[in-house]
Amino acid sequence: MIEVERLRKSYFVHRRAPGLRAALRSLVYRPREEVKAVDDISFQVKAGERVGFLGPNGAGKTTTLKVLSGLLHPTSGRVSVSGHTPQKRSREFLQQITLVMGQKQQLLWDLPPSETFLLNRAIYDIPRAQYEQTVAELTELLGLAGLLGKPTRQLSLGERMKCELAVALLHQPRVLFLDEPTIGLDVTMQATVRGFIRAYNERFGATVLLTSHYMDDVAALCPRVLVIDHGHLIYDGSLTELVRRVRPDKRVLLRLSRPVEARDLQRLGTLVSQTDAQAVLQVSQTELQGAVQRALAQLPVVDLTVEDPPLEDVMRELFQRGATEGAA
Amino acid sequence: MSLRAAAKAYPALLRVGFASAVAYRAEFLIWMFSTNMPLIMLALWAAVARSGPVGTYTQAGFAAYYLCTLLVRLLSGSWVVWELTMEIRQGTLAMRLLRPLHPLLAYSAENLAAVPLRGIVAIPVMSILLWTARQQLGHDAVLWLMLVPAMLGAWLLTFLVMALIGTLALYVESAASLFEAWLGISAVMSGYLVPLDLFPKAVQQVALVLPFRFLLSFPVELMLGKPGRVEALALLGAQWTYVAVALVATNLVWRAGLRRYSAYGG
Repeated sequence: MIEVERLRKSYFVHRRAPGLRAALRSLVYRPREEVKAVDDISFQVKAGERVGFLGPNGAGKTTTLKVLSGLLHPTSGRVSVSGHTPQKRSREFLQQITLVMGQKQQLLWDLPPSETFLLNRAIYDIPRAQYEQTVAELTELLGLAGLLGKPTRQLSLGERMKCELAVALLHQPRVLFLDEPTIGLDVTMQATVRGFIRAYNERFGATVLLTSHYMDDVAALCPRVLVIDHGHLIYDGSLTELVRRVRPDKRVLLRLSRPVEARDLQRLGTLVSQTDAQAVLQVSQTELQGAVQRALAQLPVVDLTVEDPPLEDVMRELFQRGATEGAA
Repeated sequence: MSLRAAAKAYPALLRVGFASAVAYRAEFLIWMFSTNMPLIMLALWAAVARSGPVGTYTQAGFAAYYLCTLLVRLLSGSWVVWELTMEIRQGTLAMRLLRPLHPLLAYSAENLAAVPLRGIVAIPVMSILLWTARQQLGHDAVLWLMLVPAMLGAWLLTFLVMALIGTLALYVESAASLFEAWLGISAVMSGYLVPLDLFPKAVQQVALVLPFRFLLSFPVELMLGKPGRVEALALLGAQWTYVAVALVATNLVWRAGLRRYSAYGG
């Protein structure tokens, strides 16, 4: 479905120091610098997969999505999506894909979303019966009733995002590129959007490639993740395996019936936090079983939970490690 | 993308374009009423012509010329260069590029769809023109018939030049400034400020072969019945040759520009 082979994308940017003197100098001399946004990455995605693209800001995630959706021409390498070369932007290719960018909109600002819907119906040449059925389905899945007739500018951010998703999916694309689709949304709306993406993927067998800074999005939606940092692909596999590799330790949450001494807790593992009624320990995989047994036997435990470390922590550690290795 | 698919989508594009123009009606009316340069020039030249004709223009001649100029300007105006440069700078062009429709076709529909709304100003201008300057207008029906393709040509040439310069924003940051320069030359060489036949002979010779004339002066000349039929036909041919050249150039610059399109991070 999606094949990326040795993809590179670089830009030239002008460098200039601040100040009037530098501004005057830039009139005659403007040094250019090459920025390698994506540097030799390869991966494949099968039809119907949901894949998360993770990486810090400027890692190359959005650039990759833009190359895959035909907006950018690769500097070198080969890209194929559903058998098409994206940068050729053939009608057949564009009919099969969509790119939703959380910070850009295609809805017409001063007109109701229904006008953009009709416009897209004409542009994508969607038969009337299919259009009506899709609109009805999307209205139900996303709870759009009552929104489609209001001018876009009067919709809340969450309402607008739901309409953006709907208009991007009217032509029933087989490949969804989603760039920060939940950015700025509240927790409930994030969950709604996530649920919708999953439902669309299951209903139409669509392939989903998603970037998000919200780890919950990735954890809830993507069995497979690609981690990109400084333009390099540094991990391709399951999220569970990534967590295990980066942070092989587990978190043990203890609810206590009475306060205990910190040193009693420290015997079990690294103490992350402690209150009178609760303590959080970090314990390595190998010592986990013994630590749990000892905690239950020696401490006044009311409840005990074993968790993976928070994804945000895992990613922070992964990128910090990358930055340190890069600097070394 | 196929032209058949574009032709099928075009009515919907025009309809939505009209709805957008209506949504921006206040801004739109202000723009139209601010297009008053021909009226200012009319007042100036009418004052000059009070003591006698200037070239072949009497006071009534100037009135007819500038009312025709205003009408052509109102109906052939476009704003694609501003929209294009802004969308390229902000990266929002991406949303248009994702659709299976050439963005320039979408822009053309949005611009064309505003023409009916321009009728609000254009129709009164037309009425005044027909009433006050009826003696000065041409009486050859063939020339009036030629006005239809000439107006379409003027609109297309205006649109394509704007699209061409706007597309340069894919290469340089100062495309809008480049257009300002074009606008300055165009105001003089298209007959917007001064009728071309009032220029010294040497300037006239240059102005008559440049594309600017076909943006404005040529349709005005047809309305005033200035050229003979054969000359008018030759001019129409020249205008549409410029349209074809602009179309090819815009397409080439667009295609090459998209290879450079980066909208880094945006």
